[in-house]
Amino acid sequence: MSAVQQQAPMSPSPRLWRMRCAEVVAAAVVLAVAAGTGTGLGAGPAAGIAAAAAVAVGAGLALWFVHNRFRSWAYQERDEDLIVERGVLIRRLSVVPYGRMQFVDVTAGPVDRIFRLATVRLHTAAAASDARIPGLERDEAARLRDRLAALGEAKAAGL
Amino acid sequence: MDGGPAGAWHRLHPLSPVVRSGRGVLAVAVAVAISRSAATGSHWLFDLALPVVAAGAAVVSWLVTRWRLDGVTLRIESGLIRRDSRQLPVARIQAVDVVRPFLARALGLAELRVRLAGSSDADGRLAYLTEPAALELRARLLAAHHGLDPATPAPPERIAVTVPTGRLVGSVALSTAGPAAAMVVLAGVLLAFVSAAALAALAISLVWLLIVCLSLVWRRVSTQYSFTVAQSPDGIRIRRGLLGTVAETIPLQRVQAVRMIEPLLWRPLHWYRLEVDVAGSPGRDSADGTARMRKTLLPVGGRDEAGFLLTMAVGAAPPGLTRPPGRARWKALLSYHFLAAGHDGRLAVSVVGRLRKVTTVVPLAKTQSVRLVQGPLQRRLALATVHLDAAGHVRAEFRERPQEQARRLVDELAGLSREARRLAPPARSAPVASAAAGGSPAGGTQAAAGAAAGPQATSVASPVNAAQSEA
Repeated sequence: MSAVQQQAPMSPSPRLWRMRCAEVVAAAVVLAVAAGTGTGLGAGPAAGIAAAAAVAVGAGLALWFVHNRFRSWAYQERDEDLIVERGVLIRRLSVVPYGRMQFVDVTAGPVDRIFRLATVRLHTAAAASDARIPGLERDEAARLRDRLAALGEAKAAGL
Repeated sequence: MDGGPAGAWHRLHPLSPVVRSGRGVLAVAVAVAISRSAATGSHWLFDLALPVVAAGAAVVSWLVTRWRLDGVTLRIESGLIRRDSRQLPVARIQAVDVVRPFLARALGLAELRVRLAGSSDADGRLAYLTEPAALELRARLLAAHHGLDPATPAPPERIAVTVPTGRLVGSVALSTAGPAAAMVVLAGVLLAFVSAAALAALAISLVWLLIVCLSLVWRRVSTQYSFTVAQSPDGIRIRRGLLGTVAETIPLQRVQAVRMIEPLLWRPLHWYRLEVDVAGSPGRDSADGTARMRKTLLPVGGRDEAGFLLTMAVGAAPPGLTRPPGRARWKALLSYHFLAAGHDGRLAVSVVGRLRKVTTVVPLAKTQSVRLVQGPLQRRLALATVHLDAAGHVRAEFRERPQEQARRLVDELAGLSREARRLAPPARSAPVASAAAGGSPAGGTQAAAGAAAGPQATSVASPVNAAQSEA
C-alpha cells in the first residue's frame, strides 16, 4: 500500500477543539443559570447553587469526552483512496477510493464560520459511506475538496 | 400505429387510453355504483366527472404522443402543455423490456420500456403497442444496438431455471403470509372455545386480516407465476406473471450484489431465494445518488438452481468461508451460528442472520467503500467488523474478525477492489439527452417507481393491480 506521494495522517484544526469548548461552555452556562434560578426559586439558594454545580460537573465530563473525540479524528490521503478515522467508544475507519467518490460536500454552519472552519463530507453510491472530516480550516477544506474532485474525476469508474 | 416506413412518426395504439385509464375508471365506477346504491346525495353528474376527466386526459395524452425510430435514435414526444421530447441513442440502450398488464394483455397490447446505460428506471416508455409490433420493435432496437441488420431477429436466450407453480405456491405459503393466516385462523378457533361473544365481536377484524394475508399470497403468486430465468447476450432475462406478464432484462454489468436468503421455514426443504441489487446512476433517482433497486432473481429454488444462478449473476463461483473466533460468541450470541465470511480476488461473501440466513455476495469490482467498525465490547474482545459497501444499502459484513486481521483485511480488500475495478470493462454512464422541460404525459397513471417493491411487499393491492406494480 505504500506509495511515493503518501501523506502523513492529518488531523482537524485545533480551532475545532476551541469551537467545541465554546459550544459546551455556552450550553453549560445557559443550563446552569436556568437550573440554578429554577431550583433556587423553588427550594432555596443552596439547592440553586447545588444544581448549578451539578451542571458544571456535567459540563466538565462533556468537555473531557469532546476532547477525546477531537483527538481521535484523523485522515490520510493515500495514492488511491482516502482514509478517515474517528470515534471514541465506537472506532470507525473508512477507506473511500477516489474513483468511487460521487461528490464532495463542504459545509460550514454559523458557528463553524465564526471559527473559520468547515466540514468535508464524501459520498459514494453506497448509503453507508460515512467519511467526514469536521473542523478543517477553510483553505485546507478547499484544497482537499479540489484535490478529491480532481482525483475522483481522473480515476472515476462507472457503476 | 405499427407498420409504415421506418422513419415516419408513429402513434401509439388507439386503445392505449383505454388501458391507461381503464383501471382507474373501473375502480371509480365500482366505487360510484356502490355509493349510489347506498345514498342519493349528489347529482349523478358529479359522480361521473372524475372518471370522465381521467379518460379524457388519457385520450389527450394519446393524441399528443408520437414516436419514431430513425436508425440511430429512438425519439418519443409527449406532453400537451410541457412538451417532453426524448431522444434515446440506440447505441446506449442497455435493456428493452416488454410489460403486459392484464388489461393490455386482454386487448392484445404490450408496453415497451427502454433502459439506457447508466440509469435504473425506464428512460423511454411506449404504452401501448400491439404485441407483435412491440416484439418487432424490440428486435429492431437490439439489432441496431449491436450494429446488425435491423431485420435480425431477437437474440436467442437459453432457459436456465423455471419455477414450478406448486413450489411457488408452497414457498409463499411458508413465508410471512402463510403462517400469519394460520395464526389468524388459530386465534379464531381459540376464541370460539373461550367465548362465542368475543368471537362475534372480533370476527370482522379476523376475517379482514385473513383477507389481507390471502391477498398477499395472491399477489406474490400472480406476479411471479411461471418465473423463468434465461441467459441472453443482453444479460439475464426474466419472464414472469399470471394475469399481466413482465419480461425484463438485468444486464450483468449492473449487478451490484446478490443475496441468497433462506427463511427459517424453508430450510428443511432446502429452498433458497435470490435477490439482485441493481443500482442506478448518481443524482438521478435520489438526492444523495443512492438509487436502490432490488430485483428477485429467483423467488424459490433448490440448492443447485440457486448456486447456478448465483454464479451466473456474479461471474464466478463464491470463495470458501471462514468463521469468526470462538470469543465472538460473547458479542454475537444469537447470530454466531451463521456468521461466516470470505473473499478471493473477485468476490466477497458474508453470511449473517439469526433465524433467516442471508448470504451476500459482492463482486469486488463493485465495491464502493471499505469500513472498519469496532464497538467498546469488541475492543475488549479484540474483535472488529469490516464492512464492504456496495451501491445502495447492501454490504458484505466480515463480522467479529480478530483485530489485527481486520485491519489487514481492510487494506487487502481495498487493494483487491482496485485491481478488480481496473480489470473490469469500463461502463458507459452518460445521462439521457432529453430536450425541453420534462413533463410526464398528462393523465398517465403508470407511476412505476424506480425503487421497486421487493418480494416482501406488505402493501395490499387488488389482483388487477398486482401485475403492474413490479417492474
